[in-house]
Amino acid sequence: MSVPPRLPHLAVALDTPDAPGPFDAQHYIRLARLAERGALDFVTLGDTFARPGPDALAVLARVAPHTDHIGLVPTVTTTHTEPFHVATAVQTLDWVSRGRAGWQADVSRTPAEAALFGRRPAAPADALWREAADVADVAGRLWDSWEDDAEIRDAATGRFIDRGKLHYVDFRGTSSTGEPFSVRGPSIVPRPPQGRPVIVVDATEDAARETAAARADIALVRAEDPDTAATARAELRARAEELDRDPDRLRVLASLPVELPAPGDAAGLAELLTDWHTTEAADGFHLRPADPERDLAHLVEGTVPVLRRRGLLRRSYPGATLRDHLGLERPASRYAVRTGEAS
Amino acid sequence: MTTARKQLHLAAHFPGVNNTTVWQDPRSQSQIDFDSFVHLARTAERGLFDFFFLAEGLRLREHKGRIHDLDVVGRPESLTVLNALAAVTERLGLAATVNATFNEPYELARRLATLDHLSDGRAAWNVVTSSDAFTGENFRRGGYLDHADRYTRAAEFVATARELWDSWSEDGTPRPFAHSGQHFDIHGEFTVPRSPQGHPVVIQAGDSPAGRDFAASAADVIFTRHGTLEAGRAFSADVKGRLAAHGRTHDSLKIMPGVTFVLGDTAAEAQEKAHHIRRQQVSPQNALLTAEQIWGVDLSHLDPDGPLPDFDPEPEPKLTQGRTRLGDPQEIAGRWRALSETKGLSLRETVIEATGRQSFIGTPETVAAEMDAFVTAGAADGFILVPHLTPGGLDEFVDRVVPLLQERGAFRTEYEGGTLRSHLGLEQPAARPVWKG
Ligand SMILES: Cc1cc2nc3c(=O)[nH]c(=O)nc-3n(C[C@H](O)[C@H](O)[C@H](O)COP(=O)(O)O)c2cc1C
Repeated sequence: MSVPPRLPHLAVALDTPDAPGPFDAQHYIRLARLAERGALDFVTLGDTFARPGPDALAVLARVAPHTDHIGLVPTVTTTHTEPFHVATAVQTLDWVSRGRAGWQADVSRTPAEAALFGRRPAAPADALWREAADVADVAGRLWDSWEDDAEIRDAATGRFIDRGKLHYVDFRGTSSTGEPFSVRGPSIVPRPPQGRPVIVVDATEDAARETAAARADIALVRAEDPDTAATARAELRARAEELDRDPDRLRVLASLPVELPAPGDAAGLAELLTDWHTTEAADGFHLRPADPERDLAHLVEGTVPVLRRRGLLRRSYPGATLRDHLGLERPASRYAVRTGEAS
Repeated sequence: MTTARKQLHLAAHFPGVNNTTVWQDPRSQSQIDFDSFVHLARTAERGLFDFFFLAEGLRLREHKGRIHDLDVVGRPESLTVLNALAAVTERLGLAATVNATFNEPYELARRLATLDHLSDGRAAWNVVTSSDAFTGENFRRGGYLDHADRYTRAAEFVATARELWDSWSEDGTPRPFAHSGQHFDIHGEFTVPRSPQGHPVVIQAGDSPAGRDFAASAADVIFTRHGTLEAGRAFSADVKGRLAAHGRTHDSLKIMPGVTFVLGDTAAEAQEKAHHIRRQQVSPQNALLTAEQIWGVDLSHLDPDGPLPDFDPEPEPKLTQGRTRLGDPQEIAGRWRALSETKGLSLRETVIEATGRQSFIGTPETVAAEMDAFVTAGAADGFILVPHLTPGGLDEFVDRVVPLLQERGAFRTEYEGGTLRSHLGLEQPAARPVWKG
């Protein structure tokens, strides 16, 4: 059965639609703190090489010490980047935020973006998303490549680590343009607080669905109505199951544009979210404000209290990590079962 | 305070993944928890340091085909930590070591410019060039670059990054860029407006003639291993001598050797502490490993408290990967034997004596005087301090030596400007007025 098992998740995008992303750290800190006051699960910040804006992961690392609870989910593309650098940057975001990192894996489609790197031509969406799945796969392996108890600091033998608990990942994948690539490992970064940071994929587009079903903890679906969201959710869950995943570990959030020019609009939004939740259209919501400063304030002051009164939103954070907020357990390293194997 | 006095610059190196960092000490804390980075960075800022510095290694070191386990292992991705540190510091420069071989100019220039914005002008990039196939195994392109090409790529990389940093007009309009060269053929628009420093500060750490030329042509700061007065003088003269050919002034390149220090209330106490630290750094296991790096063969059957090997090293030792070579093995082995025979030292004692002695050992007064003299003599413009303990290894220096340097008039008593360029006394690069392409 596909009954949403828990309170709806609530997340918000910090992006400034149709305008260059600001470069002022205080702007993002204000927004993230506001979202944290509403006890939302996480904030997302998009990133693209196609228009002006800062590096999103850098921005959320800058925000991390100014916040205590809120999950931080930057977009990082998998197309023209090095999987090893992407994996270690996200892993480091988890360290500096003490377990609040996520990663929205995305692709870069345009010839203009390809020309900024000059290495590979642009590729069709299917190939880009297949590559993204490989990159997310190897990132997960790199995050697991140090077992949690690899650091031993054993003075008697002079060993800082037990190297039997560090693992080569020896991953082989395929780039969007068809060439093979490989990553040896292990990561240069110890296993982070969440074990594996939370992976988010925008699964609106057909080409991204398989990647989301295979690799995402959270799938976002941009939808105009509850039926569309429910259909996408059912499909994603079915595909996850075909891939031997527990479909309850793939949370599907309806991603909705919101515009709250007046405080009263916030109550209207609460009605809408309640309706969508009642029809079991999604496991929660990812809201995309038209004007983040204005809309987020109205959301936290107007929508959040209504949802709380209805028992649809928590009043405070139950735990410390993004996984805690989402009710996703901390995964054991996939290599930990093979104990004793020397690296 | 005498104004004519030469001012020294100070930077704090987060303790690294080598045996300089002592982890067996009860005061040693996590090498990866963010708290450790916050502690060291705030200590450096309390001491009015120019910048905080992170090294990089893109593959875990190996010895005898296995992951090296005797030293601290594991560190964060530098730029991400520095962005977070920008939140808990206000003036301190933030320097990341990032490899020019396994990155692309567009993405890295963007990440560095973002850090410069988010820190209000405190970003620096230490350009390193390791290009070995061993490291390449972690990357899509593999070990594609010949060792000889490491600096042609690095030079073109830095030049391209500067084109990107210059691509926006000062009034905030993006202008298209196009770069076509041996290593990069790219065009389009940069996503980041000109950052507070114009260009983040560029640091270089390499020692070959090609590396020195690259520094003389493109760097603002050199991070060097020449940490003795004589070697520093020679290095400084050599590198600064190369500046004129690039149309640069003597002052436009700062030379900062990486140095270690041990403080004591008396000279004798400092010496004793220094020796104790050396014994912690060179554990029996580490002594054998160091000897294996020189001899190029397995020496696990030897007793570290016994004599050195009685045979000659392999001509081309390859036991260790992912680490800079210590030098010519035959020559080193010869020196070690002589040392061991003259002083009657065991293998471990020889390693302790022959490697990594601390640069400055003494009371705070003597250390301050020696550092000042070093800079006054033109052997360096300042120092990158490498503490041996995480994260408290800089506390005592900041509490006890910095005030003495200030009393001597050799070090700032407050930050004058907000940017790293202003701390280092470097000019702001001129903005490019119009697109010339
Ligand atoms: C003081 C110093 C520090 C260095 N730190 C790093 C580092 O953190 N990461 C790295 O990959 N290489 C590092 N290197 C290596 C250099 O970038 C360079 O690749 C190497 O020295 C070879 O260049 P060369 O032949 O000019 O010396 C360092 C070198 C020096 C001298």
